Amino acid sequence: MTAMDHADYPQDTNLDDAELSRRLTRLWASPKGLIGFFSTTDHKVVGRRYIVTAFVFLVLAGLNAVVMRLQLAQPDNDLVGPKLYNELFTVHGTTMMFLFAVPVMEAVAVYLVPLMVGTRNIAFPRLNAFSYWLYVAGGAMLWIAFLVGAAPDKGWFSYAPLSETQYSPGKGVDIWAQMITFTEVSALAVSVEIICTVFKQRAPGMSLDRIPIFVWAMLATSFMVLFALPAIMLASTGLILDRLVNTHFFDTLGGDALLWQHLFWFFGHPEVYLVFLPATGMVSAIIAPFARRPIFGYLAIVLSIIGNAVLSFGLWVHHMFATGLPELGASFFTASSMVIGITSGIQIFCWIATLWGGRPVFKTPLLFVLGFIVIFVIGGLSGLMIASVPLDTQVHDTYFIVAHFHYVLIGGGVFPLLGAIYYWFPKITGRMMSETIGRWHFWLAFIGMNLAFFPMHLLGLWGMPRRVYSYPADMGWGTTNLIVTIGAAIFAVSFLVFFWNALVSLRSGRLAGPNPWGAGTLEWAMSSPPPPYNFLRQPFVTSREPLWTEPGVLPVAEGLRVDRRELILSSVVDGDPIQIESSPEPSIWPFLAAIATTVFFIGSIFTPWAVVWGTPPIAVTLIGWFWPKGSKEEVD
Amino acid sequence: MISIAANHRLPVTRCRTFPMLRKSLAKSLGFALTAMLCLPLAACGGWQSALNAHGPEAERLAKLFWFFTAVCGVVWLLVILALGWALFRGTRRTSAPNDPVLVDPDQERRSAVAVWGLTAASVVVLVVFTLVSFFASRGLNAASANTLNIEVTGYQWWWQVRYLDPNPSLTFTTANEIHVPVGRPVKVRLVAADVIHSFWVPNLAGKLDLIPGQTNELTFAANRPGVYRGQCAEFCGLQHAFMGLRVIAEPEQDFGAWRARQIQPARQSDDDLVRSGERVFLNNGCILCHTIRGTTAGGRAGPDLTHIGSRSAIAADTLPNTLGYMAGWIADPQSIKPGNYMPSVPLDGGDLNALVHYLEALK
Repeated sequence: MTAMDHADYPQDTNLDDAELSRRLTRLWASPKGLIGFFSTTDHKVVGRRYIVTAFVFLVLAGLNAVVMRLQLAQPDNDLVGPKLYNELFTVHGTTMMFLFAVPVMEAVAVYLVPLMVGTRNIAFPRLNAFSYWLYVAGGAMLWIAFLVGAAPDKGWFSYAPLSETQYSPGKGVDIWAQMITFTEVSALAVSVEIICTVFKQRAPGMSLDRIPIFVWAMLATSFMVLFALPAIMLASTGLILDRLVNTHFFDTLGGDALLWQHLFWFFGHPEVYLVFLPATGMVSAIIAPFARRPIFGYLAIVLSIIGNAVLSFGLWVHHMFATGLPELGASFFTASSMVIGITSGIQIFCWIATLWGGRPVFKTPLLFVLGFIVIFVIGGLSGLMIASVPLDTQVHDTYFIVAHFHYVLIGGGVFPLLGAIYYWFPKITGRMMSETIGRWHFWLAFIGMNLAFFPMHLLGLWGMPRRVYSYPADMGWGTTNLIVTIGAAIFAVSFLVFFWNALVSLRSGRLAGPNPWGAGTLEWAMSSPPPPYNFLRQPFVTSREPLWTEPGVLPVAEGLRVDRRELILSSVVDGDPIQIESSPEPSIWPFLAAIATTVFFIGSIFTPWAVVWGTPPIAVTLIGWFWPKGSKEEVD
Repeated sequence: MISIAANHRLPVTRCRTFPMLRKSLAKSLGFALTAMLCLPLAACGGWQSALNAHGPEAERLAKLFWFFTAVCGVVWLLVILALGWALFRGTRRTSAPNDPVLVDPDQERRSAVAVWGLTAASVVVLVVFTLVSFFASRGLNAASANTLNIEVTGYQWWWQVRYLDPNPSLTFTTANEIHVPVGRPVKVRLVAADVIHSFWVPNLAGKLDLIPGQTNELTFAANRPGVYRGQCAEFCGLQHAFMGLRVIAEPEQDFGAWRARQIQPARQSDDDLVRSGERVFLNNGCILCHTIRGTTAGGRAGPDLTHIGSRSAIAADTLPNTLGYMAGWIADPQSIKPGNYMPSVPLDGGDLNALVHYLEALK
């Protein structure tokens, strides 16, 4: 096929804007009806569902935390017993890490990355839909199990041999392990989509040095997922096999308990950065428009992100300093853990330099970014303390650690995320969130968070271990725990304020217009919310902040057909347009494939034979999914 | 409950309570802050606190902690000051043209120098931290010729303690309470019988895990006499929260006397109540799990009770060791520590009374 043939079809070149918009809307709109609901491949629809679902899991896991805090508010409390308490912290941690923190970052990326790089849909949009349904199924499985009393209760880390059948009869641990499989598959799928979108679907002219930093962060995160998740896949599959067919990976009858910890933390430490890296990308995205200047040290920040992504794989042993590893080996991991302080520090210095040379506008998104710096730096510094082998032997597995990682994850993940929601809410919904309520939200969250988690450092130093459902009165931890619970309550209220703000603003917020913050990146180029086709005409990018350097009208590229979904593919480094490729139509098959996969995964918790009878339905749905369309898909 | 009461009252006196609520909020915040500032000092009396060091290992770690805290505190303060100054500076600069792509090249150069300088400074801090940690850990775990050797085995959810000696007749077993002579290094061999546990007596030393299939060794010493509490620090299941232990540091001669008593088998008593308690113990299944040296009781699943009467606490440092608590524990262990492996043994009141008198007589 040649370019001549392609030119015979109707193209966008000679159509006026109104006509083009009408045709593209018809072409790219999500199908209607119930089947249409399950068939959509629009990254914005899937991304929105992803974000909302992730916040639902945040609320659920937050309620777990509220109950735990009520239980610990006073010594010898008997609000919940040990079994339920262990389920609560297991489900809390598992949900927060696997069903909220990592997915919500991916969700935001699914929505934003295609807009930021100037394309009409994410790469592999059907895989994207599939990943969402699998994620929902995995989360639902865990929470249904919790509600019917079959929840895992061995922590989000499920250390062997405690998680082996002998010490964990029942199906709780299997459900935990299989939930990991669900989120693994879904996260791997999203990562592949994001990598391909960023590498191949960037707008013409968007060379590597013009990619928004958030996109860089998501690119690095996606590569990390590709390398980190196979470790946990190996671990959780080994555990399931131990439990289902009596293999001996991690038990004491020939297996090795520490092997579990190595595999788990080889994934588990990068996991933290799967949350933190996207969050730093969000911070960079927010700081520039609110400092009214381009980000300071673009190259340094990008290199720091990549550095963090690589280094985060060399730190896992600092979770195991109390296991009795040889001293010199452990000290190596002290050094590597310290090094990541440098790359993280550089980013913070660059953000401060950006504000230093800018004219800060104190709107809610910036408040959350500032809150992030204040809180995250505390978490980073306490991280240096626990990177020290000797010091860690005192604070490891105490409330000091609980304090540390909540400072890192809430400070370094949730605060930027909330800032990002305030920042991009107008783009996603077309309406502004309330500034007044936003400020209330920020201050409640900031005060509540610090009141809840700072005293935990002290509790840990005073000897309070983690994962205890109660403690004797004569330990002297009662008052401090009460303060922590009050802080947690304030923090919980801040979320009520947030959701109230979101709901009210969704109905009656001020109309946003395309670019309410006067930002410079491409996602602000189209109306809010974006039309189904994202960009009326394919933008041509000449700088990092196209909307700042080309105020008014962006240069565009033309020649895409208007009778089938088409995208421009560009070269990896320079972003030169090289091909036109069709983008898949909506399809119900990914949803059906997700159901078949769910049946397979859940069935194999109960019988190894599910691996046999569960496969053919998946094969059938995949054949339907990939059924050839009979026309050539790409044009040079 | 407090919140329900407040809800009831709120609609009636809303206008007046609001400032009161604010005031009480401010008051409780003030209280919280004061508490946060004062409690570290108050907690210096803590018998399970890493900041209240009573041994050379813990002292070294506490010093290291304060060094890290001081440096990190200064770093945090500098970052916040820089951030605050950046914001303050920026808000004053309103005269500059409002074009986001216009940046002052001189300013950018100065910022670049500052960022490079700060990065270099952080490298220095991190190198110092790494070296200080490395040398601090090299000084830990120093054994000497007169080291006392103990083996601690972690069980769900209690600690078996064996005092080792080259002479087997001087080796004995006890549980949940470790006596050590002041000033002498104690080397603890740590093994696990079931799942992973972690041995942690923060006033004396950092923690070390007990891992099935592996032996770890920890050396510590106590500087002065005292009772130091420890607790399992690795999640080990239902009763992880109440898997406590005690280390009792005492002068060398007291320790010697204690040890000499512990080596002995259980003492026979001529008290009728005590003797009938012994019969209750031997005839009701207790012997399936517990050992009392000098009797036919030789069970290995639970703690050795040969000198249970001499210990200060029962149920892995969960209850004081008195007749009443002992009776309550035997009568209904599952409601005191749900999920633990001690079954309730149905006994009538007389038998229970005799049994606890027997156990308390096992000094």
